[in-house]
Amino acid sequence: MTSAAGLAAQFAELILAVLLAPMLTGWVNQCRAWLQNRSGPGVLQPYRMLLKLFRKEVVLAHNASPLFRIAPYVIFACLALSAAIVPTLSTDLPLNAAADAIALVGLLALARMFISLAGMDVGTAFGSLGARREMMVGFLAEPALLMVLFTASLISHSTSLATIVGTLAKNEFVIYPSLAFAGVAFTMVSLAENARIPVDNPATHLELTMIHEAMVLEYSGRHLAMIEWAASLKLFVYSCMGLALFVPFGIAEGGDSAGILLALPVLAAKLAVGGALLALIETLSAKMRIFRAPEFLGIAFLVAVLAMLVRVLLES
Amino acid sequence: MSLTSLDATLWLAFVWLAIGGAGFLAPRNYFYIARVLFPLGALVGLLLAGVALDAVFHEPVSRVLPLGLPDLPFHARMDALSAFFLLLTGSVAAGISVFAGGYFRHGEQGTLPGLLCFYYHVFLASMALVLVADDAYFFMVAWESMALSSFFLVTTDHRHAEIRRAGYLYLLIAHVGAMAILMCFGALQGGTGSYQFDAMRAVQPGPVWGTVAFLLALFGFGAKAGLLPLHVWLPEAHPAAPSPVSALMSAVMLKTAVYGLLRVTFDLIGSPVWWWGVIALSIGLASALFGIVFAAVQTDMKRLLAYSSIENIGLIASGFGLTILFRGFSMGPLAALALTATLYHCINHAFFKSLLFLATGSVLHSTKERSLGKLGGLIHRMPWVAWLSLVGTLAIAGLPPLNGFVSEWLLLQAFLFTPGLPHAYLNMLVPVAAGLIALTAALSGYVMVKFYGVVFLGQPREAKLAEVQDAGLWKRAGLLWLAGGCVALGLFPLTVIGLIDEVTRPLTGFGIAGQSAASGWLYLVPISAERASYSPLLFLLVTSLLIAIAWLGVRLFYHGRMRRSAAWDCGFPYLDSRMQDTAQGFGQPVRQVFEQYFRVEQTVPSPFDPKPRYAETASDPLWHWLYLPFARGIMRATGLVTVLQRGRISVYLIYSFVTLLALLLFVR
Amino acid sequence: MLHFLSLHAAELINLCASLILLIAFAMLAQRKILALINLFAAQGLMLCVSTVLVAFVSGQAHLYWSALLTLVLKVLLLPWILHRLIRKLNVKWDVETLFNVSTTMIVGIVLVILAFNLVQPVSQLAGAVTKSTLGIALASVLLAFLMMITRSKAVPQVVGFLAMENGLVLAATGATHGMPMVIEFGIALDVLVGVLILGVFFFQIRERFDSLDTRHLEKLKET
Repeated sequence: MTSAAGLAAQFAELILAVLLAPMLTGWVNQCRAWLQNRSGPGVLQPYRMLLKLFRKEVVLAHNASPLFRIAPYVIFACLALSAAIVPTLSTDLPLNAAADAIALVGLLALARMFISLAGMDVGTAFGSLGARREMMVGFLAEPALLMVLFTASLISHSTSLATIVGTLAKNEFVIYPSLAFAGVAFTMVSLAENARIPVDNPATHLELTMIHEAMVLEYSGRHLAMIEWAASLKLFVYSCMGLALFVPFGIAEGGDSAGILLALPVLAAKLAVGGALLALIETLSAKMRIFRAPEFLGIAFLVAVLAMLVRVLLES
Repeated sequence: MSLTSLDATLWLAFVWLAIGGAGFLAPRNYFYIARVLFPLGALVGLLLAGVALDAVFHEPVSRVLPLGLPDLPFHARMDALSAFFLLLTGSVAAGISVFAGGYFRHGEQGTLPGLLCFYYHVFLASMALVLVADDAYFFMVAWESMALSSFFLVTTDHRHAEIRRAGYLYLLIAHVGAMAILMCFGALQGGTGSYQFDAMRAVQPGPVWGTVAFLLALFGFGAKAGLLPLHVWLPEAHPAAPSPVSALMSAVMLKTAVYGLLRVTFDLIGSPVWWWGVIALSIGLASALFGIVFAAVQTDMKRLLAYSSIENIGLIASGFGLTILFRGFSMGPLAALALTATLYHCINHAFFKSLLFLATGSVLHSTKERSLGKLGGLIHRMPWVAWLSLVGTLAIAGLPPLNGFVSEWLLLQAFLFTPGLPHAYLNMLVPVAAGLIALTAALSGYVMVKFYGVVFLGQPREAKLAEVQDAGLWKRAGLLWLAGGCVALGLFPLTVIGLIDEVTRPLTGFGIAGQSAASGWLYLVPISAERASYSPLLFLLVTSLLIAIAWLGVRLFYHGRMRRSAAWDCGFPYLDSRMQDTAQGFGQPVRQVFEQYFRVEQTVPSPFDPKPRYAETASDPLWHWLYLPFARGIMRATGLVTVLQRGRISVYLIYSFVTLLALLLFVR
Repeated sequence: MLHFLSLHAAELINLCASLILLIAFAMLAQRKILALINLFAAQGLMLCVSTVLVAFVSGQAHLYWSALLTLVLKVLLLPWILHRLIRKLNVKWDVETLFNVSTTMIVGIVLVILAFNLVQPVSQLAGAVTKSTLGIALASVLLAFLMMITRSKAVPQVVGFLAMENGLVLAATGATHGMPMVIEFGIALDVLVGVLILGVFFFQIRERFDSLDTRHLEKLKET
């Protein structure tokens, strides 16, 4: 099942994701700055931020438990692994046999669970508030994401991400109406999951509206760096997942190394466009009230169910 | 004559009974009962698990017992299905009994310890006997002794009125269910008059009688399992019972009901009709969603777990329904997949739910508190219980690489195959059903974060929590065993599926382990490698590797400096424990999203109240819509009958006389 | 380009039809009146595109006229009238309090399932190209109906009424390659006149109650 080229591709993908993820975040922030007529800090700002945080010492609350200290590493590992499973460069990935689309959702849920538990650990008002809101977003976003992936897996008759992407990429132009629905649902879910504007604001520290920032309020130093890095990785994973499902072109088939080299600039271009689009969405929309979030996500979930339904009704 | 696995099982059940009886030798001696008899019972459980493990791979054996009525002896039989459930019973009971050895303490229960020990072991033995019974008579005897012994266990602390009430409700529903089961056997014997299961297997019931039997079985066993709408006893009885008993009831007793359903549907009826599956599936899905939504708003930790049991039983029932669907359309391999998922979830639920119930037992013991609103921060004081229940929490939330994920994964895989069903309406219901399963799984994550976060994390909400003790050695051993089970079941799914294969093969004609074996020992492959595969070991390996690399990398390149200080909390200096989310607060989003499904009662204080109290209870609407009107109807009907009650002997004699005359006249 | 079109026309029609369905759901969940009208225009545009595609595939020239009619009437004229109305009535910022969106959507999904099952026998008879659009058309009609039921303000109800007509046209093009031109013109005129009359009604309603909430009409009943 595994080949040397596959292993190399797998490794390359993992390293690439971990190293490039902060740049994607930086790119989105930069685009946002441009759209808002600011000059922006440059795409490398997240790296400077991480570096600064790593150098600082950790200030830990008196009653923080070991769980609080382990959680950043667990979250980081979960997201790095999920970045490794989503086919970005090649579809010949050995880890794909170990974890499929459902396991990917499980992995993201594991990360969410740990970050929420860590948020509750110190026992501050904001921490538990953030944890509660994060889980609220999660319990609707997670099934919606699963339904989106199921729609794709009904098309390719497989839940293995490599096979899904392979099928979608290989078929010469076929239009799947169900993927239009899935795309809408996926966009809504990824906005919510990555704490983006209609649902959460990544730049806010205004207490009553924040979700993600409230949970990680007690973290500092290297722990915060790990969490911020994991958050960029999450954005990267979602972007790659979206690209792999809805614009699956240019991903290398099997184990040819030339294809992988070719896939790299294609991926970079796709991510750049995707990031700019995200910045555009964020600039154009206003943040909603937190109580609207369940409605927003409920709609996403139902649209995703509809996508599966359309798949069964129209395309079989 | 060699000792067959069946004989061994019967002997072990008998030993359990004997241990129960031995409790009467020194009924007030706590040391004798807790440190000698309960561990002995655990040993028997372990032996039973070993025997059952062996029996799974062997041909069915049966025998006639020298017990029972003259001309109506008990029949017993051990096949793979029985053996699988016995394995579940034995292995879980071993852990729970060890825990119970450390749990029952002096002066806490209303019932004598000797009596408690007796009920407990009778309960265990009768569950084992239910699983090997091979005729309706023996089955009902074992089933009823299970119900009665568990009733006495639920009402252990019978000094409280609400516990007596919970026990009464439980007994009532158990017996309504038992009646249905009895009638189901009546429908199954098909006029032969023989109540042996062998005879029932031989008779092919027609579609009408088959349907009647199936519906009665679904009703009767559903009442025991806690399926909607017969679930009301579960959230009452589980909190009332001592924790090891709740664990046993939730982990094993509910599974005997699942066993009964499987036995009747696939073995005794034999050829299910596809639309039965739709009924089971819809009831299952409704129970699952209902259970988890209600679990999210509970403020009592044992009630929360009880509602979560309803959810899990719902998932099991939907897997069961899916199996019938596939069976009904003769799609054997897929039926095997769905049945595997169902059975896998049974054993998973047994392990993680008993682990969590025992963990709440430890918390309850140490803190005397089971309201979530008065706990918190226990991870510092009770690290053993906290870390072991983290395993259970992650497992029940269905997260990889633990066991809950494997069964949910298999179930979802089975659902993804349903578009192949040759029926238009069904094809369309499937996305909806899969969506509901996914929603339930995600919600269970929510509920478990609430449970774990409120109990173990944060600051202690009461001053007395600062002095609590961690669980003792016995309790730790029990928890460790169950947590180990969760991990093992999660990491070695192939071994478990190899076991389950022996069960699915006789029932559906297919097994899914062969496929997996072909793709290597590392990967779980239900149908084909291109379709889906999952490898928990690899998963765990890579994740731990990444954690280690991240940790070491940070240490090597930077530093490990750390300073403790007060919590930051946006610079707010007057932080206290009451500012954390309460259990009610944490459940509020779910309550808001699913508001229509609750019956919410609020008491809002007036703005001028010097001591404002705000209360809110979200109660079960079914209780008000279904049970209370039904109970009122019964009261009214019985009110009519009381006309007969005159209190004079001669009137009663006239009744008897008239009855006698009528019988003589009409029944000639 | 033409080659590509003829190859994938059926798929594109399907895509347009599903987008119409998607927009119907979006309308169900949208609470802002302006956005609702824009969605309606977008639905009209999708309808226009799908009609052109059907015309292209079936070679029925009169469908091009029908598409043009749709474009002029439903994408340009009616939204313009509605926008103007809203400005005149000054209800631009009217936000509707919706009756639980999730429940409405669930009912919507049930309607979709129902619609597809109802048209199944009919769509077996219809042309191969447009087999599945019939189900979507019926679903859109039902969804628009549902939208009318769940709204209380007058303008969204009118939009729902117009969206219902969109579904009907889709059904007509899908099943029988469109209605005769005369009927189509008749319907278009009906719709236009209907909107104009309703516009007059709006002013009357607002004058009477100071609001466009149709729940106020309940007061008109005899007691």
